[in-house]
Formats: sequence, structure tokens, C-alpha cells
Amino acid sequence: MAQFDLNDDSLVVIIGSGAGGGTLGNELAQKGVKVVILEAGDRYESADFVNDEWASFAQLAWKDMRTTSGTWRVGKDFPNLPAWIVKAVGGSTVHWAGASLRFEEYEFKIRSTYGALPGANLLDWPISLAELAPYYAKAEDKMGVTRTNGIPGLPGNNNFRVMAAGAKKVGYKEVHTGRMAINSQPRDGRGSCQQIGFCFQGCKSGAKWSTLYTEIPKGEDTGNLEVRPNSHVVKIEQDAAGKVTGVVYASPDGAMHRQKARVVAVAGNSIESPRLLLNSASNLFPDGLANSSGQVGRNYMRHMTGNVYGIFEKPVHMYRGTTMAGIIRDESRNDPKRGFVGGYEMETISLGIPFMAAFMDPGAWGRSFTSAMDGYSNMAGMWLIGEDMPRETNRVTLDPAAKDKLGMPVASVHYDDHPNDIAMRAHAVQQGSAIYSAVGATRLIPTPPYPSTHNMGTNRMSEKPRDGVINKFGQTHDIKNLFVSDGSQFTSGAACNPTLTIVSLAIRQADNIARMMEQREI
Amino acid sequence: MREIDRRTQFSRRGFLRTTGAAVPAAAIAGTSISAGAAWAQDAKAIAPHAMATLVKAARDIFPHDHIGDVFYVRAVTPWDAKAGKDDAHKAMVTEGIARLDADAQDAHASPYLSVAWESDRVALLRGIEHTKFFKTLRADLVVSLYNQPEIWPKFGYEGSSAEYGGYLARGFDDINWLPTA
Repeated sequence: MAQFDLNDDSLVVIIGSGAGGGTLGNELAQKGVKVVILEAGDRYESADFVNDEWASFAQLAWKDMRTTSGTWRVGKDFPNLPAWIVKAVGGSTVHWAGASLRFEEYEFKIRSTYGALPGANLLDWPISLAELAPYYAKAEDKMGVTRTNGIPGLPGNNNFRVMAAGAKKVGYKEVHTGRMAINSQPRDGRGSCQQIGFCFQGCKSGAKWSTLYTEIPKGEDTGNLEVRPNSHVVKIEQDAAGKVTGVVYASPDGAMHRQKARVVAVAGNSIESPRLLLNSASNLFPDGLANSSGQVGRNYMRHMTGNVYGIFEKPVHMYRGTTMAGIIRDESRNDPKRGFVGGYEMETISLGIPFMAAFMDPGAWGRSFTSAMDGYSNMAGMWLIGEDMPRETNRVTLDPAAKDKLGMPVASVHYDDHPNDIAMRAHAVQQGSAIYSAVGATRLIPTPPYPSTHNMGTNRMSEKPRDGVINKFGQTHDIKNLFVSDGSQFTSGAACNPTLTIVSLAIRQADNIARMMEQREI
Repeated sequence: MREIDRRTQFSRRGFLRTTGAAVPAAAIAGTSISAGAAWAQDAKAIAPHAMATLVKAARDIFPHDHIGDVFYVRAVTPWDAKAGKDDAHKAMVTEGIARLDADAQDAHASPYLSVAWESDRVALLRGIEHTKFFKTLRADLVVSLYNQPEIWPKFGYEGSSAEYGGYLARGFDDINWLPTA
């Protein structure tokens, strides 16, 4: 396994080891590029994961302090936990559900398609579906996405079967067990899904794709990739000419280390990535690194989300089996006649008793709450996830007061639902309720958004430097050898889960970084 | 469909995990919530009456008739140790219970513990739900009550499954009452 010197300035240094950073690291290593991935969290393996929601949360979640503001309900319910993401090698691919969907053509062109929506900051991506399609294909093959590459779909569990039966009665047509990066048959040295049911707690069988046990060990095997866990980057450094020269990171004892770099790629998820750029302000960039546009941290998206749970006369046991292998896609289209632009997906979800208690209706108590809990075994659940509108005022900033244990200002997340998000949520809850009612639900429980698992847009891609932070390759408009490689690149969020697009962009970015290095552009 | 046995099973793992201060289940099963109970008498930083009132309030906040008092006692017991180490916490509990009892005296001429009907006690809790004491108690309970593995089967939840090979051969798709189409 490679071990590189702190003074080695020929390296690509990647900050974060999740869908973006982990994939980019392996892709570059396969091409012979020397890479160091700095990961803030620890390194666990599948055997370390626990089928226990709170214990797993303690093990894997990013729990460092954050603050919130805005009118979103998450800010009220979880003022210091705006997002549920992972701090460990593999990043949020450790706890993701596996849903792997491509954007639709129109979802790359929202300004052209939706027009100028008041209170929103819509922009077309500088790339099209046609440009990304070959990389989507590579990502689907790499991740073993079901219903692509001849891979069969996963079998439907009880929770899916309730949703599918209701969907059929309501008249929905595109209903199946999803395009999932979870093996339905052995593939790529990993076994098939055992229907364990703890997808969000780290897959103990390894059937679900995660950079932790796919990209990262493959990259390490080349001898070109070193992954350093427990290495929390606090600053990106820059020389007088404007190039970035390396990063400063803290080890768990609080000691600071300076790793030199030829290229730096930021992939710390859409809250930490802009925070790091803002915390790396320099003489040349007093408002934050690569922030001449003022767009770093802005246009934060987290998807329109919500849930409907239905309680039935007879048992469902929704927690048995793959958490999110079930989808209804009929509402994932742009049809403004519904009262909003953009679309949404309906996907199966389940929580165990501990998380159901904490997230069903935060703050609630009394018999209305407990009688719903008593219906747990007869409950089916779906997650509603749709496109939310980017707004300049929805943004990640540095908290003026709160600092982390290293003395760095923490991220503060401001979010207000756009009227379009509210209209979409109301429609989705109504449709979800109709589905469960159609198969005999005796009680419907519309639950509020959970802390954000999909964080996007805070360093967005734009054709013109004034509209965003990075160009079509994820390269910052301001600094040639500084890249962004995670979901913060997203110009818009689309209706679907973001991971497949993050991985596709990372594969494409690796081709371009390698090319630019070869041509001495960077 | 494969149903599960909902009878209480005290696993050693769960017992060790959920008891900050160990409370033997057998010592509590069937007893009523009162200041005279052993677990209330054993509290060190919180007076027995306040301890019993906390447990009663815990049950009134998250009432599950199929869950025995022992689980509410266990959920609240760590508050005694915390009060022993943290004066502010102790003061919050003491003042919170005093306020609840004062409100109960005003409305029913009896302390909270002795107010007979749940609906009357719930009305008293509604009166203090904006207080730090109530919010802290509720937020703590939503984890300390529901995170006890022994109560999971009572809700029909089976907990950890990887060690049993998941649900592949244990009913992940055994639903049998849906309309066939």
C-alpha cells in the first residue's frame, strides 16, 4: 500500500472518501496518478457495522456541531443536526440506500424548462444528459446497478408489495424494485443481498456498493492510492500566483500536518466542502477560496422530502429486507398542471423502533403518538423525494460564533422551502396516502422531513464564472488546480437520489484531471 | 406470515446495555409507581417522591399499555446519577416536579402522582410542555425508552438480523393478505 511524503508536491490530494472522492481516487490511481485521500473519519469494515440504529449512528454519523436557521422544519426539530451523513472511510456510501437513478434530460436544463421562477436561482447545467450518458453507463457497471447491464431486479419485500399493490390500484404504471447498487446476484467479488434490512447502518454482507470495499481497496491495490483516515482538513493553502499548494489537516491528537499537492479535489459533501472553501479565505480570495462569484455555499439543495406511513389491519413487518428496493416513478416528470414544476419519486423506506420514535413526529407525545407506534408491525412506509428549487438564500455560511474543537468556525445551514417545494410535498403526501388507502390502510401518518441525506449544490457548476463556482469538469473557475468532486457540484438536484450522478461525474472528472495533468495544464 | 413472540425476554445483552444503574426486572414487575418502591428509595440525588413522579410522567408522556413499569423506570433511572453529578440538572428536576405538584394541587388538591385519571395528568403536562424540564424529559425518553431492545418484540420489531442471515429465509416477502392482481 502506498505511503506518500508530506512534501510530495506531485500528488492529487482528495478531501473525502465517499461517492465522489473515493471514486475519483480509484479512477486516478488506475491511470497511474498518485493520490492521497484525506478522510476526516475513522476506517471501519463490514464486520464492524452494527444492526442497531443508535449504536450505528454513534459509530458512523457526522456528529460535529453545525447550526441552522430558516423556516424548514428540520431546523426546528434538529437545530444542530441539519444533515445525516457519514464521517468514516467510504463517506455516505456506507449508509446510503443504494438507489441509482439517472437524471432526465430536462433535469439538466431547468432554467430553460421551468422558466424564471420567482424566488429561485435556476440555471442550466453546462453539460447535457448526452454528455454524461457514457459515464452513467460506466458508473452503473462499476456499481452493479440492478435493471442495467442484464442484472435482475431485487426481489420485493413486504413493504414493497404493499406499496406496489396500492400503486396498481391507483393506476401507476412504472412500479418496480428499483435500480439499486445492491447485488441481486453475486458480482464483482461481492455476494448477493441477504435482506438484512439495515442498509442505513452499513451493509454487513457487502452486497451494497460502497467505496469502502470497492473503489478504495481497488485503488490501494495499484500502489498509487493512499487513504489516510482520521485526517480532518481545516484549510487549503494557496501561493501568491493563485495556485493551491496543499492542505493543512488535523490528526485526532489535534496536531496539524501540511500535505503538499499538485492538485486538490474537495469532496467533503455539500456542507463541509463550502465550509472548507470559506475557511480557506486568502489575500487573493478574502471571501473564501474560489469564491469570486460569491456563490460558494449558496443554492443549497436537500430535495423536497417527506414520508407517508400507513397502518393496516394485518402485519407488514416493513423492516424485513432491503430498505429502499421499491419505487414508483410515474410522478417523476415535469407537469406544471399539478401545481409545481419538476417531479418526485416515491420509494420504500422503513425505520426500526428507535428511529421511528425519534423521527415520526419530532416533539410529539401522548396517545396519538404512542398508538401510532403501537401499530408498528402493521406499518408500511414510503419516502417522497423530489426536486427542490435552488435559492441563493438557501446557503451554507460560517457560523459567526460557534467553533469546532479545532477552533474552526462551524457550518451554519439556512434553508427555506420554496413555494414549489411546499406544493410538491402536499401533492406527494396526497398521492402516497391514496396508495395506502387503496389497499386498506386504517391510519395514515404523514411524517416530516428527516435530517438531510441528500446535500447538493453549494459549489455549483456553471458555464459562466459569475453564476457558479466550477466549470463543466468540476474545476473551479478561479483556480486551475482546485476541483470539486462531490454533490456540491450539482447545478440542480433532479427528482432522484444523487449518488449515481456523483459517481458518474467523478469518473468523468478523473479522465479530465488525468488529461490536464498529462498536458501540463495543471 | 412469520409472526414473532411478543412476550418479554430479558436478554443479558439488552439488560447490561440499557441499565445505567442496574434495576432488577423481577424486583419491579407488577409493582405500582410509588415513592415506596425500591427503585425510588434507592435514588440518591433525587428524592423518592420526585423519582416516582418522574416515572409516572414518563408513562403519561409515552403511554404504552403493553409495556410494564420496569421499562419506564429504566428509562428514567439514569437521571438520578446525572442529578448527582450535575447541580443544574438536579435543580431542573426538583423545580420541575415541584411545579407539576403545585399545578396538581391547584387543580385536583392532590400531588401529580395521586391524580387518578391519565387525561387529568396529561392536562397538567400540557401546562408545562413549554418548559425546559418537560422538553428535556421528552427528548431524553424518546431515546431511553424506545432504545431498550427488550421492548422491541412488543412492537413486533426484531432488531439485529445479520447474525440470523438477514430475512432472506425468514419472511422478508411473506405477506399473504394483499389483493392479488
